[in-house]
Amino acid sequence: MKELEVRADGSELSTVITFVDEQIEAVGCSPKTLMQIELSVEEIFVNIANYAYAPGTGSAIIRLDISGDPPTAEITFVDKGRQYDPLAKEDPDVTLPAKDRGIGGLGIFLTKKSMDEVSYVYRDGSNVFTMKKVLV
Amino acid sequence: MEELKIEKKQENGVLTVIPEGRIDNSSAPQLEAQIKDSLEGITKLVLEFEKVTYISSSGLRVLLNFHKSMEERDGELIVRKPAELVKGVFDVTGFSDVLTMEN
Repeated sequence: MKELEVRADGSELSTVITFVDEQIEAVGCSPKTLMQIELSVEEIFVNIANYAYAPGTGSAIIRLDISGDPPTAEITFVDKGRQYDPLAKEDPDVTLPAKDRGIGGLGIFLTKKSMDEVSYVYRDGSNVFTMKKVLV
Repeated sequence: MEELKIEKKQENGVLTVIPEGRIDNSSAPQLEAQIKDSLEGITKLVLEFEKVTYISSSGLRVLLNFHKSMEERDGELIVRKPAELVKGVFDVTGFSDVLTMEN
């Protein structure tokens, strides 16, 4: 398992994506799977960066473990910001016409659609968000 | 990681924007600002998407906002030739039904 601790700040996004890419690419998967993982990592990290500690600052830990056959990536985000369950939010209605569409909720919706499994727990003062994806 | 390059062309009320690379949370504001800067008097906004390799919800928001603002001025936004993976993101989010796409 690899772990990265960074400032929970949007400017660290490329550090986080690079960290994840390096581990995934060492095992290998299709471009589609890689993009789905990157999308999900971006959405969850940016959420933490924007809301967890606002208006203050803090850090986020990203853990990545690849195991099993077929190899499965398990990515965990931990922050000590305010308690927030991103999965509690209702999915946006993706059939609405443009004029009726809001801009909220799309990111977490994409994450749910892109990953095989997502889960959230608040434990010992930390938000722990875990997601899994089979590397195909 | 590759960054986003943006090329623009303007002719007879048509603004063509050619982004190349990743449209993510870091680069979406740049795309938004580049389009906003050139939008005066524009009735048709064409986004050449062939060289876009990635789009996250931040990028989708930018597209949705420009789609709405072009509609409000009786203009149109056209997304041209999105690559397969990017098209997949449009499909999952229902953007394929909202945006006008050309191949």
